[in-house]
Amino acid sequence: MTAATASAKNALLTWPRPASPEPAGQPLLEFRQVSKIYGTGTAAMRALDGVDLRISPGEFVAVMGPSGSGKSTAMNILGCLDTPSAGSYLFRGVAVETLSHDQRARLRRHYLGFVFQGFNLLNRTSALENVELPLIYRRAPRAERHARARAALAQVGLTGWEGHTPGELSGGQQQRVAIARAIVTEPSLLLADEPTGNLDTARSHEVMELLVGLNRDQGITVLMVTHEAEMAAYAHRIIHFRDGRVADDGRAGGPV
Amino acid sequence: MLWNALLLAFREIRRNVLRSFLTILGVVIGVASVIVMVTLGNGATRAVATQIESMGSNLLMIRKGQHMGPGQTSSAPAFDLEDTVALERDIPAIKSLAPSATDSITAVVGNASWATSVNGTDNRFFSVRNWTLERGRLFSASELSGGRAACVIGATVRKELFGPQDPLGSNLRLKQISCEVIGLLVGKGQSSMGFDQDDLVVMPLRTFQRRIAGNQDVTLIQVSIRDGESTERAKTDIERLLRERRKVAAGEQDNFSVRDMKEVATMLTGTTEVLTTLLSAVAAVSLLVGGIGIMNIMLVSVTERTREIGIRLAIGALEREVLMQFLVEAVTLSSLGGVLGILLALGASIGLADMLKVPFVFNGGIVLTAFLFSAAVGVIFGYFPARRAARLDPIEALRRE
Repeated sequence: MTAATASAKNALLTWPRPASPEPAGQPLLEFRQVSKIYGTGTAAMRALDGVDLRISPGEFVAVMGPSGSGKSTAMNILGCLDTPSAGSYLFRGVAVETLSHDQRARLRRHYLGFVFQGFNLLNRTSALENVELPLIYRRAPRAERHARARAALAQVGLTGWEGHTPGELSGGQQQRVAIARAIVTEPSLLLADEPTGNLDTARSHEVMELLVGLNRDQGITVLMVTHEAEMAAYAHRIIHFRDGRVADDGRAGGPV
Repeated sequence: MLWNALLLAFREIRRNVLRSFLTILGVVIGVASVIVMVTLGNGATRAVATQIESMGSNLLMIRKGQHMGPGQTSSAPAFDLEDTVALERDIPAIKSLAPSATDSITAVVGNASWATSVNGTDNRFFSVRNWTLERGRLFSASELSGGRAACVIGATVRKELFGPQDPLGSNLRLKQISCEVIGLLVGKGQSSMGFDQDDLVVMPLRTFQRRIAGNQDVTLIQVSIRDGESTERAKTDIERLLRERRKVAAGEQDNFSVRDMKEVATMLTGTTEVLTTLLSAVAAVSLLVGGIGIMNIMLVSVTERTREIGIRLAIGALEREVLMQFLVEAVTLSSLGGVLGILLALGASIGLADMLKVPFVFNGGIVLTAFLFSAAVGVIFGYFPARRAARLDPIEALRRE
């Protein structure tokens, strides 16, 4: 490992994040011949087969593909929840597969935000406490935690709903709480796994507007899995997966 | 990290108040029963010790035969007054002694009757056994030597036979004799062992021998030893003297027994202590069962919260943070159970001690031990579920519905 990558790695794992902006010209994420193989021998299944991919800071990317195409596997690796079987995944120039379990957890804590299809909020826990959760793991002091969680909820238009539990909120509101939880840490990358999958059309468009706004105004890179072309149309770029490979990677003109 | 884990654990407990309460119920009961058993056991031991002390300190009881159990007859000859004179003269360690003869007799006053223990003795009896007069007087010299029918009664006899009336000057019928009440004894209090010291009638020895027993026997000699003298030594001296006087051949067993009340006290308190330990051990098992209850619920909780653990791991919780959260949750739950158990035990002990008429003896040591033990139960039984939670794969956990 060179001195440069070592210092990049250290910078990645320390908190607070270095004040430097996202490195210009350099991709935020890069897949170099990434393969993921489940099982061994004849039963081996190639979920990803030598994928090359570069995503620059500030992009809004939609990931599409039928089930079994490898898009979920790619998202797990991009989210640093999993590592490639072969090839390399670089996050801000650091090879994620060389990081330990705990180091990847710290990377998620400092740079990533997750939004899931099923919202995945803690039930019987207020919206405010749900949004605070990542800050607790980041050991933010109480006052700061409250202030930032309130600000994040305000950003998703939920001022006044802080004390409500998920059971008392509609699906659209729950997903907005989940988005607030994902952005409360000011992540570099927001990973959204079918964020509108459980919502009706009107709520879906609201959530998409919110994501577009976060991408445009705060420069958060958004990576979103969806199977609805209507939602994918909000992105700048659409990547299609098929049989573990990138089948199509094209610019898209969003309706915005 | 610990503070964080505590914060998360408290939020979790608050989210599931009912389940948390049911989880710790086992520990609550376990801790409470251990403390109650030990507290009541200590109280019983204290009660026995106090009662024996109230019978008189440095007290030796000399009886004929070898056993002191009730209903046991012995062919050994009784003592007589000569023996008591010899004891007092030859053994300087003896401060005072009281010869007595006793029998269980039904006393009658008007329509009321009460079976009590009648003790024929003299005035020395009161000092040897630490009795004090509430009112009235002790026996006069003429009553003692003349074998007059005069008696001093204990608090229980007074209550049962006379009720609110003043017994002084009234007559008490014992078998064929009518006996004037001349003195009332200060009560020593009911004992926990079912043996009431205040249930007695005292009359002159001569009266008892002539008019009740019909013989010259002295069946019991109660001896008090001078302060600073060895009870052991005095006991040996008494035994030697009595063997000689009663012509017990060398190598033969004593045909009398000398009991040191301290010995009896040690024996009785020893018994209650053994019982306390035994009952506490049984109670401790219930604490263990309570711990298994916590483990059970924690395991269920880990399975139930798999998805939630997945979320925590995804948003950047470290394995050891999840481990710590679940461990702290278990320890917090079990310690909470310990605290509730202690409060419950203190309430129950005070109530039960009052009901069973034993003193309430607060034992800080056992309270602390029980609390620490309950916390330890949390660590031991919480570790396995916590490790299981921490080792979950976030991808798998998130996929779980």
